[in-house]
Amino acid sequence: MSLLERRKEDIERHLAKYPQKQSAVMPLLYIAQEEYGYITEEAMEEIASIVDTDVTQVRGIVGFYTMYYSQEKGKYLIQICTDLPCALRGAEAFSAKVCEALGIQPGETTDDGLFTVENVMCIGACDRAPVIQVNFKFYENMDMDSFNDLIEALRREHDAMQPYSHE
Amino acid sequence: MTHILLRELDIPDIGKMEVYLANGGYDGLKKALSDHQPDDVINIVRESGLRGRGGAGFPAGVKWSFVPKDVFPKYVCVNADESEPGTFKDRQLMENNPHQLIEGALICAYAIQASAVYIYIRGEYWDIADHLDRKIAEARKKGFIGKNILKSGWDCEVYTHRGAGAYICGEETALLESLEGKRGQPRLRPPFPASEGLYAKPTVINNVETLSNVPYILVNGADAYREIGEGDSPGTKIFCLSGCVNKPGNYELPFGGETTFRKLIFEMGGGIPDGKQIKAILPAGASAAILPATDEVLDTPIVYGAFRAWGTDIGSASVIVLDEMVDIAWAAKKMINFFSHESCGQCTPCREGTYWLSRLYKRMDSGQADAGDIQTMDAVAAQMEGKCICALGEFAVNPVRATIKHFPEDYERAVGNGRLSRR
Ligand SMILES: Cc1cc2nc3c(=O)[nH]c(=O)nc-3n(C[C@H](O)[C@H](O)[C@H](O)COP(=O)(O)O)c2cc1C
Ligand code: SF4
Repeated sequence: MSLLERRKEDIERHLAKYPQKQSAVMPLLYIAQEEYGYITEEAMEEIASIVDTDVTQVRGIVGFYTMYYSQEKGKYLIQICTDLPCALRGAEAFSAKVCEALGIQPGETTDDGLFTVENVMCIGACDRAPVIQVNFKFYENMDMDSFNDLIEALRREHDAMQPYSHE
Repeated sequence: MTHILLRELDIPDIGKMEVYLANGGYDGLKKALSDHQPDDVINIVRESGLRGRGGAGFPAGVKWSFVPKDVFPKYVCVNADESEPGTFKDRQLMENNPHQLIEGALICAYAIQASAVYIYIRGEYWDIADHLDRKIAEARKKGFIGKNILKSGWDCEVYTHRGAGAYICGEETALLESLEGKRGQPRLRPPFPASEGLYAKPTVINNVETLSNVPYILVNGADAYREIGEGDSPGTKIFCLSGCVNKPGNYELPFGGETTFRKLIFEMGGGIPDGKQIKAILPAGASAAILPATDEVLDTPIVYGAFRAWGTDIGSASVIVLDEMVDIAWAAKKMINFFSHESCGQCTPCREGTYWLSRLYKRMDSGQADAGDIQTMDAVAAQMEGKCICALGEFAVNPVRATIKHFPEDYERAVGNGRLSRR
């Protein structure tokens, strides 16, 4: 099924916002990412044709912005701010502990495909450091206890969504 | 003090439409539409002396007056990209007092006769964009957005547009490129956005905090606004306080008078944790030169230009506090890595300069730097000055040159010593 078939209403809503179709490239890329988990080559081609532009233009945009992925990430993308204000409040040490707890390095994904960890630049929550985003939802004033609770909750959420999960 | 901007501190539910309306909400828009011609609104904002809160401090009314009258359509872009390290004020405004921003943006749109407002919000503020969409829908229901607003005959739409993780899109012309569906690379000026902005049409771009001031000015008048603050810095400013401080957060204070870094950091912010001494202040995130925390700096009333003698300014007032334990060369490394990561790559001095600087800091961090490297760092940074399309190239000079100038001992200690660290 094409993106347009899957998400016609949302796509049209975004196209209607702008006098020029190309402006809808960014929101359409987000829709593709929601549908496929990352930006596929087919999605870029389809979006290019929807907004009447060249696919190289679309590729250039995907490459320029850090929030579009050309490869699949873990189901839960954990982004830890380690920029200066957070680093002053222990975020680098926190990130190291998170990576140790998950057994991966920054930029890597756990073997079960559930968690990817990234260290990121300032995300605008410096007064509540250490701060992370999981799939762009904020979790603030973190420590290892609250992090472990969060990971447990996400694992349970994931298990509950499996069609044949074992009791 | 009662707040003009962080009004949820006085009226907790100000974000709700009924509460906002019950407390004078949308009166500024009503007044603009019923009592004033668009030009009058521009004049009122110009007389108020309101200056842009996104960093550059340019007078808002003057900017609006540059928009040509006879070219249509016109646009307003709200800069909600908020990506400067240490800045988190626009977020609080949008989360807690969103209607005031929407109202301010609409008043601006009426003043320049724009037909659409685009709120460009950083992608990481995902939920806040959804929140704003709901608030926009509420305002539309009340007749503040759409066709024939409040029976004035003027039509205007308001939309959100999500960025996707690029600091440079906070630069106003990069923002326009991004909104047009392109890579966020700044444009050469002139032409300026006021004459050729979004889709090459006249466009005003203002920061969230700037526009959030506008309803107050329309309701209370320019003189009342000028009574707050000092001289050519009227009104209040939200200071984002972070780093080595007991109570980080947003604090809204009037410009000048008793507003000093000492008051902000030691009274509002509760001082430095663990009984440590303050060492330095970054007054505007990573973008403006560092200030050594001398008594003179701490006791200077804060207005635009107050720190000119130190070669720095308050910018968007993202105040990062560094205590005596902080290795300033380490802090500079973090800031240079930020700029190297965020350079859009168009200009060679910025792209290559930030890259080479980050390499030099890396070398220092690995213990392989020699004394000559400090001069090399300074020289590489100096060569970037004045040679770039946008101000990012200038910003990136500051963390290097100003830290070397004020804290040479931190660099000398790092030479041949290995690892820069927070300590
Ligand atoms: C690299 C760079 C990043 C910027 N980021 C922001 C930002 O995140 N938010 C903002 O309001 N202004 C930012 N600015 C300033 C804008 O270019 C512009 O001056 C501002 O949006 C104008 O609005 P104002 O007059 O209301 O401040 C940035 C400038 C530069 C050079
Ligand atoms: S100065 Fe840097 S960020 Fe600005 S346009 Fe040039 S390369 Fe891009």
